[in-house]
Formats: sequence, C-alpha cells, structure tokens
Amino acid sequence: MDVTIIQTKVVWVILGMGLVTYVPRWFPLIFLSRSNLPQWLVDWLDLIPAAILSALLVPELITKGSPRHMSLWQPELWVAFPTFIFALKTKSLGGTVLIGMALFWLAQSVI
Amino acid sequence: MSEPVYASKKRDFKTFILQGLWAAWPICLGYIPIGIAFGVLAQKAGLYPIEIMLMSILVFAGSSQFIAVSMLSAGAGAVSIIMTTFAVNLRHLLMSSSLAVFLGNTPRKKLSLFAYGVTDESFAVNHTRFNQKIWSLDQALVVNHTANIAWVVSSIIGGYSGRFIHQEAFGIDYALTAMFICLLIFQLKGRFYIITAIIAGVSAVILSLIIPGSSYIILASIFAATTVLGIKKWMLR
Repeated sequence: MDVTIIQTKVVWVILGMGLVTYVPRWFPLIFLSRSNLPQWLVDWLDLIPAAILSALLVPELITKGSPRHMSLWQPELWVAFPTFIFALKTKSLGGTVLIGMALFWLAQSVI
Repeated sequence: MSEPVYASKKRDFKTFILQGLWAAWPICLGYIPIGIAFGVLAQKAGLYPIEIMLMSILVFAGSSQFIAVSMLSAGAGAVSIIMTTFAVNLRHLLMSSSLAVFLGNTPRKKLSLFAYGVTDESFAVNHTRFNQKIWSLDQALVVNHTANIAWVVSSIIGGYSGRFIHQEAFGIDYALTAMFICLLIFQLKGRFYIITAIIAGVSAVILSLIIPGSSYIILASIFAATTVLGIKKWMLR
C-alpha cells in the first residue's frame, strides 16, 4: 500500500474540521484570560466542569441508539455503580479506568 | 551564582515533565484503545494511513472524528461534515473558558499551543489540578501533548493493524465512560456541584432523547450551571 496516497475531498474535510475545532478551543483562552472576569461569570464557569462531565456521562449510561432511546437494562449502567464506588473510595483515575474496563468486559461476556 | 539557578530550573523542568506524565497516563490508557478503534473504522471507511494521521493531528477530538468517518463512508458532503464537527466540538468553548480563569498573564503563544490540546479528558484532569493550585501551564501542556501523542500514534496503529483487534475485547468500549465517572467525582466538591451534576445529567438525558445530534451536551451544561448559579444567588441574598 502506498502511504502517500491522499484524497482531495478528505483533505479539505480534515482541514475544515481542524479549523472549526481549534477556534472554539482557542478563542476563550486568548480573550477571557486577559480580562478581569466579573465574579458571576467566574462562579458560573466553576460549575461548568461538573455540568459537562455529567452531561457527557449520564446519557451514555441510560440511553442508546440513534435516535436515542432510554435503555436501563444495559451493562453500561450496571457497571457504573461499582466503578463509581471504586472511584469515590480510591480517587484514582487510572485505577478507575482499569476497573471499569474489566467489569464491563466481564458483564459483556456474562450476558 | 548562575550555575545553581540553572540546575534548579533543569530539575523543575524534569519535575514538570514527570508530574505531567503521571497525570496523563490514565488519559492515554483511555485513548489508546479508542484511537486504535478509530484507526480501524477510518481505514474501513476508505481513509489512507496518512489521512488518518492528519485527521488525528489536526482535529484531535475523538467523537467528532468517529462521526466524520462514518459520514464520509456514507457519502456526506464536506460542508455538512465540517458543520457537524463544529456542533459536536463547540463544548470545548465552555472548557477553554473555564480554564482561562486560571491562566491570566500567560503569553499568547503558549495559550495558543495549550488550546490545541483541550479535550474532555485533558480539560478535566488539568482543571482539577489548577483548582487545587498545584498546577501550572507547563505541566498542563505536558498532559495535553502526551495525550495527543497517544491519540495520534494509536490511531495510526489502528489504521494499519487494528483489523486484527476485536473492539469488544478487554472492555475498551468502557474506558472513557469509566474515566468520566472518576473525573466527575473529582468535580463534586460540594452540594452546589452535586446539584449541578444532577440537573445536567437529567436534562442531558431528556434533551438527547428529543434533539438529534450532540447539542444536548452544551445545552444541558449551560442550563444546569445557570440554574444552580441562580439558586445560589437567591439563597445568599
């Protein structure tokens, strides 16, 4: 296989994707870090991490498919409980990832 | 007198690297299987190794790359793929805003480099440490770029050899979910954060069932943070 093969459309897609992904990452860092932010905005931004992580996580646990529908009987949800407890007790990110993967693998092979 | 200063700077540099690597390894653990999976899918969708590498380097945003590849193989147009990517990755706007709070008086060039590596995972890992006041931009940069290397290299590996690896093995589908569980716990520093997480989780589920796509993430986050800030202001009045 020739590794230098490249398709024009794909390259344009990648360049466009790169641009629209980078700008939202870059803009606030440049413009918000320079100014003294009002206290309410600092307080608001302080809540954003918890909000985003929960908004990313919870639908993954209890919904599936496209279009999405509720799905409570899936290993994603059940494995989350012991993983949550492990994370709470150990506060270890790496350990939690390993435990979560192992439990999910186990759950999938049991089902 | 310049010698000891130099020596201590050198030691600092080494410490920064080691601290950054230590913070980054769980992210890499999550990225490697997913990067490989991405490489496999991209290759099946007809992308060449150099394109897979280019996408992982220039975009560096996992879920949008998966979506783009599936749209490409379905024959979608360039503009619609790029617009979808924008929508999926707009959440980084909030993350960078949240990180900007800690990064006043930093050279723009360094911030521009740092911006490149803001992902869901690096954001959460760095934000937690900035919050504990044990972190500087240098360590954060090590985290971002270590994760970036893991992502790029693993997606290339997937592009070449991943077809031999079953995606369901070793529970790799759950790596990022488990990571989010732990990262969320790091953020639950008091009752207002817990209330925020609950509101965000519930509203994200409801919105994800109603609206197609992934705009529910940003909508639910804004809704939850705004609501809780309102509650907080009202209670402290």
